[in-house]
Amino acid sequence: MSQAIQFDPIRLPPEAEELRLEVRDFLSEEIANGGFDPHRTIMKSGFDREFSKRVGARGWIGMTWPKKYGGHERSFLERYVVTEEFRSQNAPVTSHFTADRQSGPVLLKYAEEHIKEDILPKITAGDCCFCIGLSEPNSGSDLFAASTKATRTDGGYLINGTKLWTSNAHQAEYMIGLFRTSPPTKENRRHGLTQFLVNLKQPGITVNPVRNMAGKHDFNEVLFEDLFIPDDHLLGEVDSAWKQATSELAYERSGPERFLETFYVLPELVRVIGQKPDARAAEGIGRLVAQLHTLRRMSVSVNGMLQAGKEPVIEGSIVKDVGTIWEQSLPAKARDLAAFVDDTPSNRSNFDELLQYATNIAPKLTIQGGTTEVLRGIIARGLGLR
Amino acid sequence: MSEVDSLLIDATTKIFEDLSDPQTLNSAATDDWRSALWSALEESGLTLAWVPADNGGSGASLADGFSILELAGKFAAPIPLGETLLAGWLLSRSNVECPSGMMTVAPTRPRDKIQMTEDNRLVGEAFGIPFGNLAEYIVVLAYKEEVPHISLVSGKDCIIKGNPGLSGDGRDTITFSNTTPIKIAPAPDNFSGQEFCIMGATIRSMQISGALQSILKLATDYAQERVAFEKQISKFQAVQHNLAKLASETAVAIAAAGSAMDTINTATQYNELVFFEVSSAKIRTGEAVGEAAAIAHQVHGAIGFTEEHILHRYTQRLWDWRDDFGSESEWAVELGEMVAERGADELWPLLTAR
Repeated sequence: MSQAIQFDPIRLPPEAEELRLEVRDFLSEEIANGGFDPHRTIMKSGFDREFSKRVGARGWIGMTWPKKYGGHERSFLERYVVTEEFRSQNAPVTSHFTADRQSGPVLLKYAEEHIKEDILPKITAGDCCFCIGLSEPNSGSDLFAASTKATRTDGGYLINGTKLWTSNAHQAEYMIGLFRTSPPTKENRRHGLTQFLVNLKQPGITVNPVRNMAGKHDFNEVLFEDLFIPDDHLLGEVDSAWKQATSELAYERSGPERFLETFYVLPELVRVIGQKPDARAAEGIGRLVAQLHTLRRMSVSVNGMLQAGKEPVIEGSIVKDVGTIWEQSLPAKARDLAAFVDDTPSNRSNFDELLQYATNIAPKLTIQGGTTEVLRGIIARGLGLR
Repeated sequence: MSEVDSLLIDATTKIFEDLSDPQTLNSAATDDWRSALWSALEESGLTLAWVPADNGGSGASLADGFSILELAGKFAAPIPLGETLLAGWLLSRSNVECPSGMMTVAPTRPRDKIQMTEDNRLVGEAFGIPFGNLAEYIVVLAYKEEVPHISLVSGKDCIIKGNPGLSGDGRDTITFSNTTPIKIAPAPDNFSGQEFCIMGATIRSMQISGALQSILKLATDYAQERVAFEKQISKFQAVQHNLAKLASETAVAIAAAGSAMDTINTATQYNELVFFEVSSAKIRTGEAVGEAAAIAHQVHGAIGFTEEHILHRYTQRLWDWRDDFGSESEWAVELGEMVAERGADELWPLLTAR
């Protein structure tokens, strides 16, 4: 192993805890005003532009970005608190979350100045949605198989091909897309891919819905036919996007959203089990809570190490591996533990409804953001095995 | 975060490398290594790390002590170092003078309770006491009309029924039938049986974390040496994924134990948050033991199942340790009861309390 696995016991700083109270007040007000229903948003699209604008107005989008682009220059740990509080209440963050977590930071690092000045303030205002154009019909986990082509033309590139499983493409203003500018080389099959900023509101793009098995429209198929992208929309180095992608993965994989996606089942389980559980239910709940607590400590630790300028790549992959497996198995465990709870409708109807939904979405959790198999490959590489 | 004394860690590592090498111990014909190892630790003041300097100890911080025990776990050291540290900590906190020599503590199962009679004699049975036979002294938590007392007992004054446990270190049954302790003191203020188990559980979590780091290394090294079907078995994806899972469970144990230890180091009093951190750590490290030990053996194949290979020196101790001071099931029932009692809406505040 190149380096020992490290999880510093990092605690959230006082300013983050103060912020938590502000966020909780905001969320309770939103719920009280009918801004969103914490028990129902998960089953809807979660896309609410007006809500995102209110979040932006509070300064909770682009929190770590420079002020000159509308950011707030706060720490990753403060952003962590906002993310986990929003998740725990199932707040409708879809319109801004992707841009906040991933796309904004990519633009910050690789976009031309005038683009940063134009787009980043819109993101932080909660008025700009991004989607990520990675997967294709023949390229999912195997990202480097992407074949959608970007061909050189006068003043830019022409894009032809198809992206698939693109969440929120039907609602987004922009995509950060990964396109093939050169064929892979014999020595490096990762060579030849380039990142571009794509304005989705222009001719040459067709977005078709792909409904998922839970009945939601989230996925899309995005077709590009001679779409023109100007040179200044190129992000980073031509043919070398693979280098750009890997360094950001620790951020993408270690956040609280990576183990809280079915969290709503757990408090409802505690509610239906009641205050005097038998040993079987108590043990089950105790284990789940201990597992979740440990995951959160690992995730806070990785984010604290990132804040301190370290590169916990293997640790980030481990958080996602353990985290998604936990959130995926939670519905099944909750089902077992609630098996003997009276099923009078008043008692467990809400629990049952949420459990059904969680059971339906569970299969995707170990696929999105890097499959479990891919992550284990990355961990194995970190162990020096490949 | 608590600072750990790196010189102390280096010195302790040296002692374990020289005198507690698992391979050397595994092939040793006699137990002579034990007194050599213990003397070296004693001379360096490590056995009384948690006894203040004024009372004849070395007055190390809790953080230093826990780090020493993580190291002991990395070497699967078959000596009652954790038990002696805990015994010294209990005695000093109760203002009882601390003897030298190997000590253990009792009871180590949450449901065992020892009574103290009106004339200060001990009555009761404690099961699964680590190194019960080997230790010279036993530090006992006993209740005299519900008031907790700490007492120092000579092993010779008890009835000890040997049980080797999985590791052979001993998980012995100690019977106190009107046993007269050498010394007695009321337990420190606000001290409860749970606090006793909390310290023990944190010690075991640290040892588990240490030992898991070692079996991860043993298994990854072995997978790169062993050739089958004409290649190193580490090149097979199925083996790689098993090892990745082993690394993940090791990571979980490192994080869980580290967080519990940090909580104890900085806590000013025993409270619900300390309980939450430590119970979670003992549950999660215990779960990690099950998964990780199984994978380490799977990777090693038949050789790992032999007496001559050192893997069992780790896995058998890991299985013993997960039972000490409360198993996963015992802690989980308590934690689950606490969560249920507080109610559904208090779960998130508990998780995010720090």
